[in-house]
Amino acid sequence: MTPLEALSALLLLAGAAFYLAGTVGLLRFPDVYARLHALTKADNLGLGLIALGLALQAENPAAGLKILLVWPLVLVASAAVSFAIARRAHELGILPAGAESPAPPAPPPEGEARIMPPGDRA
Amino acid sequence: MTGLEAPLALFLLVNLLAALIRAARGPTPADRMLAALLFGTTGVGVLLLMAHSREAVAMPLVDTALVLALLAAIAGVAFARRAWQAAGRDDDAA
Repeated sequence: MTPLEALSALLLLAGAAFYLAGTVGLLRFPDVYARLHALTKADNLGLGLIALGLALQAENPAAGLKILLVWPLVLVASAAVSFAIARRAHELGILPAGAESPAPPAPPPEGEARIMPPGDRA
Repeated sequence: MTGLEAPLALFLLVNLLAALIRAARGPTPADRMLAALLFGTTGVGVLLLMAHSREAVAMPLVDTALVLALLAAIAGVAFARRAWQAAGRDDDAA
């Protein structure tokens, strides 16, 4: 086994460990917001490590780059999806685990992107 | 090709099976959808690993992984923006 193959195997094993952590988090975390963290952070790091480990073994640079290209796509996509799901859960009044106040926020008008007022940005 | 690819792909599939427990339990529709999104991320990992354990079909499987990543994102956004409507309705809302 060459050093490159050993490094690749190490990266693959680390990636699988992060996938396992993500699955455990999805099963064990108390509410939907925390589960989003497990899904979009741990699993994407696992995918990145596996992609890196496989790209090291690619027979030519183009194939390796294509494998590495998968990772940014998944990162951007999962960031957008987790933001959309968390915002929707917040709009529907789902409380984080441990939160006490039962008052759900009023749902905004349908189909409108809500923009933060300029005064709140500072 | 280190010989690790096929066992790791199997390991990721076992992870997917465990995530089905969350899909069965809920309690909100989003929790079930999270299991579906996990199929996207983990499925991409499985496809990349399989592309390297079988050299002959390497590039088509990487293309498939790209398409799967894109479809999972579209499904998630469509769920959050359109399908998930009312709180309290535990089932059948999504």
